Amino acid sequence: MMTRMVMQRIGIGFATLWVVSVIIFVATSILPGDVAEIVLGQSATPETLAALRAELGLDQPWYVRYFSWLGDMAVGDLGISKAGGATISSLIGGRLGNTLMMAGWVSVISIPISIALGLWAAMHPGTWLDRIVTFGTLSLISVPEFFIATIAVLVLAVELHWLPSTAYMTGEESFWELMKALAMPLITLVIVVSAQMIRMTRAGILNVMSSPYIEMAILKGVPRGRIIMRHAFYNAIGPIINVIALNLAYLVSGVVIVETIFAYPGLAKLMIDGVQTRDLPLVQACAMIFCGTYVVLILLADIGSILSNPRLRNPK
Amino acid sequence: MAKEKLFEVVDLRISAYDDEGVEVPIVRGVSFDIHKGEVVALIGESGSGKTTISLASLAYTKPGLHFTGGQAKLYGKDVLTMAPLEQREIRGGNVAYLAQSAAATFNPAITIGEQVTESAVLHGRLNQEEATKRALELYHALELPGADRIGLRYPHQVSGGQLQRLMAAMALCGKPDLMVLDEPTTALDVTTQIEVLKAFKKVIREENSAAIYVTHDLAVVAQIADHIVVLYRGEIMEQGSADQIINHPTHAYTKRLMEAVRPRPESGMGVDASGDHDRVIDNIEVRNMTAGYGGIVDGEPVIPILKDINVSVKNGHVVGVIGESGCGKSTLARVMAGMLQPARGDIILDGKTLEGALKNRNLDELQKVQFVFQMADTALNPKQLIGNIIGRPLEFYHGLTGREKHAKVAEILEMVELPAAFANRYPMELSGGQKQRINLARALAASPEVMLCDEVTSALDSIVGANVIKLLTSLRDKTGVSFVFISHDLSTVASFADEIVVLYAGRVVEQGPTDEVLEPPFHPYTRLLISSVPEMRIGWLEDTMKRREMAVGIARGVEITAKGCPFYNRCPLAIEGTCQTLIPPTLELENGHQIACHLTLEDLQQAEADAQRILLGYEKLGHDDPQIHVP
Repeated sequence: MMTRMVMQRIGIGFATLWVVSVIIFVATSILPGDVAEIVLGQSATPETLAALRAELGLDQPWYVRYFSWLGDMAVGDLGISKAGGATISSLIGGRLGNTLMMAGWVSVISIPISIALGLWAAMHPGTWLDRIVTFGTLSLISVPEFFIATIAVLVLAVELHWLPSTAYMTGEESFWELMKALAMPLITLVIVVSAQMIRMTRAGILNVMSSPYIEMAILKGVPRGRIIMRHAFYNAIGPIINVIALNLAYLVSGVVIVETIFAYPGLAKLMIDGVQTRDLPLVQACAMIFCGTYVVLILLADIGSILSNPRLRNPK
Repeated sequence: MAKEKLFEVVDLRISAYDDEGVEVPIVRGVSFDIHKGEVVALIGESGSGKTTISLASLAYTKPGLHFTGGQAKLYGKDVLTMAPLEQREIRGGNVAYLAQSAAATFNPAITIGEQVTESAVLHGRLNQEEATKRALELYHALELPGADRIGLRYPHQVSGGQLQRLMAAMALCGKPDLMVLDEPTTALDVTTQIEVLKAFKKVIREENSAAIYVTHDLAVVAQIADHIVVLYRGEIMEQGSADQIINHPTHAYTKRLMEAVRPRPESGMGVDASGDHDRVIDNIEVRNMTAGYGGIVDGEPVIPILKDINVSVKNGHVVGVIGESGCGKSTLARVMAGMLQPARGDIILDGKTLEGALKNRNLDELQKVQFVFQMADTALNPKQLIGNIIGRPLEFYHGLTGREKHAKVAEILEMVELPAAFANRYPMELSGGQKQRINLARALAASPEVMLCDEVTSALDSIVGANVIKLLTSLRDKTGVSFVFISHDLSTVASFADEIVVLYAGRVVEQGPTDEVLEPPFHPYTRLLISSVPEMRIGWLEDTMKRREMAVGIARGVEITAKGCPFYNRCPLAIEGTCQTLIPPTLELENGHQIACHLTLEDLQQAEADAQRILLGYEKLGHDDPQIHVP
């Protein structure tokens, strides 16, 4: 049963990606003007336009263009940036690396902190420390991330001069210099994603804590720490995995504001640049990468939830 | 008294605080003692505070309750004023708790073995190896099937009755000084109940421990308690030795509780409704039906539940379906209702064959067969007004709207003896008994011809349950609707069914008019069921265990067999070589009474006579030879 459910989820994942590809293709197609016009700009004449369109395959019917685009995408050929002439793969490559590095560091720091704080708050509900955590996380969720970023710049860079205010990287710095360059966006993002994960962990655990089997554990004299870690956590793990997956996906695709503020050369910023220069193949490629990330992470979260459920793991 | 005093409650007071912060006393000055090797029963209706008092021995209150006075002393030391760490040592160490609903109290994410041994190991009473070994011994002692491997399984992989026994193992594992048993057998079949009671008695005697036994069931109390405390609204009405309370009650409330005890099922209890509502044709009938789960391969269900069932319900009759949990009672109702498509066989309503699947039945057919679920709590939508819950079938089946609908809702509420104003309430504002009435009213609103009631009184306490039965009887008389009444409680079924169908492992072993079924000759399984219903008599448990059907019938579990008689392995009269290989023929007796058995009528009558004799002169026959052959 479990294998079937997992296969089903993977199938749904592929179907979602396909639907997304159609939407992206259609959305970018209905925008006025095409790449040929953008490339030629002022110097466009009907003849040069027609010639360029023929060269780029833009005169083909839409379904031919769609399938050749999809086919190229599937084998990793993201096409050529129509604005600059470079391959999109080379443009994206470095940026994707930067984005993944940032997402990786943020996850490594925020996930353990969030789960620990969430568990800790759930263990002491109603105490003043729990209230600080609940109130603090709620405030941080309500505040827009550029505000947190601005405050961080104001305090850490302008007032204290501890850290640089931009995340400029040359590619030749030492590990320490790299950390220093990354520190500001890193701190901002850790704060943003942790708040939500802490709240979800706390809420998930507290929800389970009102079950009769937790009361039974109390009546068996199980210490509170063990009740939380062994009896409650295993039953709350499904929703926690899901909120982690959503936050990881956000770290890949949703961090454009933070990247802009700190001038961090990430993928989201590249996509915005693509929109500004109307570099449609680049926008399409970025959009597909973001959607793919979401689909894969949510798929992993679903599979994690299935695996953590003993009813599905051990059928009757 | 020579015995050591173990636990003592002195003037215990527990209160709740309502929304305005006003103190509401729940327990008002209760005192009693428990000595080693003794069982003290706390009895009373729901709301009497019996569970709340029992939990004080663990220094625990349900959320919202507070200790406001008195002491609960274990070995002379008040547990209520201990430091939290000491209290934790008491819980699961010296005092073990066993809850009513095992299904909810087992953690779904942890293996059974770990949960059973957890507190014994945590409190250092045993190391993991010893605890695992002791758990294994307990699994065997409690007759759990597959005992060697059951510890590796997860709670959802075993049945409810098994979980209840596993919880007993969990309580017993750490050899506690005191056990708090909170309605531990209420949800069990009568046969399993005997087993669990036997196990408790044995452990308490052998290990010289003690127990607080919380229940509303006086017949059970008579079997296990040494001392009885009768409670009403948090106060002690009367307390004394079991003999004194059971045989010579003095307080009026105790006497009232005694009267509410359901009589044991006996012949002569059946209701004869024939005549008033009889029509020539049967109302609903199931013919040669086989059903199960997991899909159908070659005309047989992958997981067979019911096999070759023939049951018919006459118009205006109540057919009681009884049998142990897992025998297929609910499956039978689900097939009749169309919720489960049978693999083979026909369902006939008013002489017309019904489609097996719900989606293929027409509106008229749907309306005629209504289902009433066991748990009103889960069957009623908490976000809907009662008026909408009852109004929905009126709209759907009868097209009533507006004022007409309101009038009809009021009329139906009146039929189930509730005020019309209830239409504007939500389910959670009602008591358990009232919710069950709404549950019935919802089915009634469709004006059905057949109502399928699945354990509708099982979750209610005996006084409320008896009122629901009274209501069902009056509904039958007024409307002529027929009932299929499913229950594991033979006394309830016997008190109001016209006919009884006895199911065992998915087959009908006996059926017929109530009086015929409850009177000899019995199918050996029916005999086992009837003998297992406890009597309110001290010493009944010991006596009944001397019956030979108990010696084999209680100790062994149900085995689903493809051939032969399914009851073979538990039958004291089984014929070697015949019963396990051949499907038993049906003996046709008077008034449509049928018994599926290889024995002849004479054999069964002789067995009955022997059973009476053996009961009287038991010792002569010896205990180890259950396979006594009938001459």
